[in-house]
Amino acid sequence: MATQALPETLAHVPEGAADTPDIRLVELRKSYGDVVAVDGVDLEIAPGEFFTLLGPSGSGKTTTLRLIAGFERPDSGRVELHGRDVTRVAPYERDVNTVFQDYALFPHMTVGENVGYGLRVKGVPRRERRGRVDEVLRIVRLPGYADRKPVQLSGGQRQRVALARALVNSPRVLLLDEPLGALDLKLRQEMQVELKRIQREVSDIGITFVYVTHDQEEALTMSDRLAVFNAGRIEQIGAPEEVYERPATEFVAGFIGVSNVIERDGRRFTVRPEKINILDAGDDATTGDTVETGRVRNVVYVGMFTRYTVELDTGGELTVVKQNLESSPRDTLEATGKRVRLEWRPEHTYAIDPGGRA
Amino acid sequence: MAVEVARAGRPGRRARLRLSAAFWRHPWVKGSALLSPPVLAYLLFYIGALAVLFISAFWTVDSFTGKLVHQWTLANFKTVFSTSDPTYLRIAARTIGIAAAVTVTDAVLAFPLAYYMARLATPRRRALLFVLVLLPLWSSYLVRIYAWRLILLWIVFSYVWLPFMVLPVYAALERIPDNFLEASADLGGSAWRTFRSVVLPLALPGVIAGSIFTFSLTLGDYVTPLLVGGAGSSFIGNVVYENIGINANIPFAAAFATVPLIVMGIYLLIARRLGAFEAL
Repeated sequence: MATQALPETLAHVPEGAADTPDIRLVELRKSYGDVVAVDGVDLEIAPGEFFTLLGPSGSGKTTTLRLIAGFERPDSGRVELHGRDVTRVAPYERDVNTVFQDYALFPHMTVGENVGYGLRVKGVPRRERRGRVDEVLRIVRLPGYADRKPVQLSGGQRQRVALARALVNSPRVLLLDEPLGALDLKLRQEMQVELKRIQREVSDIGITFVYVTHDQEEALTMSDRLAVFNAGRIEQIGAPEEVYERPATEFVAGFIGVSNVIERDGRRFTVRPEKINILDAGDDATTGDTVETGRVRNVVYVGMFTRYTVELDTGGELTVVKQNLESSPRDTLEATGKRVRLEWRPEHTYAIDPGGRA
Repeated sequence: MAVEVARAGRPGRRARLRLSAAFWRHPWVKGSALLSPPVLAYLLFYIGALAVLFISAFWTVDSFTGKLVHQWTLANFKTVFSTSDPTYLRIAARTIGIAAAVTVTDAVLAFPLAYYMARLATPRRRALLFVLVLLPLWSSYLVRIYAWRLILLWIVFSYVWLPFMVLPVYAALERIPDNFLEASADLGGSAWRTFRSVVLPLALPGVIAGSIFTFSLTLGDYVTPLLVGGAGSSFIGNVVYENIGINANIPFAAAFATVPLIVMGIYLLIARRLGAFEAL
């Protein structure tokens, strides 16, 4: 059902070699006055990929997206779309479409006029336009909404209209600038699933999704690959499990999950909190495991699990999470101040670059 | 007990409390209490004056005694719309024509200026432009008129009423978020297409608001034609003025004065048809 849902008009004929990246950024730089927003970004995104630019606010991820869309001109560097240098090409001549953070729906047009705007601009005849608008409204599950005005819609519905308005043009690249940022948590989670469904549904025509978010959970759930931004630079690029399990820098370790960085014999490394085991008083450590002793400094009960902060005797601090399988909330909370032994497997530790740069 | 004493000791406060409680329970009472003074004043001074104007337009003046004759007649309107002696039709056409020309000129001049001020100019340059734009409002009316004496009425009016167009257009343009323009460009819209399909429709209420100012101010003016135009350039306002002061024919003045009223009414209807007030 999924692939049949798209009319043939939406599909474009693939051209060029399959190994040409859809997006290539070369040494991209952009500053506003004294503030360097993007400081030498190199990136390649493959056709059909769901790629996320992840980072805190002000890290340069949104500016990078705007450089790809053409809303900003870089100070130096190059933007290539499917092998073509578009650095000096206006936004309306690039084969990309954007879903804006606050949707940017035109208030004086109906939903149908908004969605059909790109087609109208390109001179698609009215009848064909209507068919394609109805089709894409069905894909985003808003059939029959064409005659409403944006003010009559809820936040989630506006978000879908913004998505439909971009998708209807079947762009090679779809840029999404924190599209779920304005929605409440539950709706956001629903829309995450929905977005993935839509991406699968349009996968046969090969739309590359470039997604900007500051929410690490969202990035890990949705992406094929992601780039972690910090201070205008990319710290690490990789698949979600790669970036999570093997953070390359201290910043990545801290931004995705808990930092958990300690230094032993001049070597800095990280170990994820769920990979650490708290040994009971009588237990023996598994052979080959690293064992350290310490004192529980803080305990936070989070319902599904409990988070312990342990001060190690040989220096440093580690966060440990433990699922609340049998322990009662009272037990866990009484753990504060107790001495514990922690163990983890050496292969779960990853050396990190102290310089903070990949 | 203490509360009782305090309450009993301040009857004024108690009465006020009871009044505000009544207002709270009956919101419509609050609404009408707030609205009735301005509505009464409006009815009395504005609608009342208009009614008197309309009624007196159907009276006439005794040519010997110069006194008002309270007798219903359409003679005044026949004079105004007479085609055998088109003096007054010509004056009406001149007034309306110049008002329209001024409005279009100001809209054309104001739009790029307001666009530059609202979307492109740095704060310092914007402040400078505001001063320049508002200058005509600050200088004395007579100085302004004499300075332009030899130039066409049209240019004078366009210059004098320009601020009334720039300000509403500026306000409308400033309210358009940048990402509307980006969204249009993103969807393939060229600069011209974006202007036509996004900027202009969203700025239209501002242009209409401005045009109501420029149009009605020009329609009602009689000092500028007197000072700038000289002989043969009378406006409706000049005729009305002469018939009130010199000729003492108030019914005829009233009849002619209804012309700009009707024109403005039609103008507002067209503006509403165009959807100018929908986005307000």
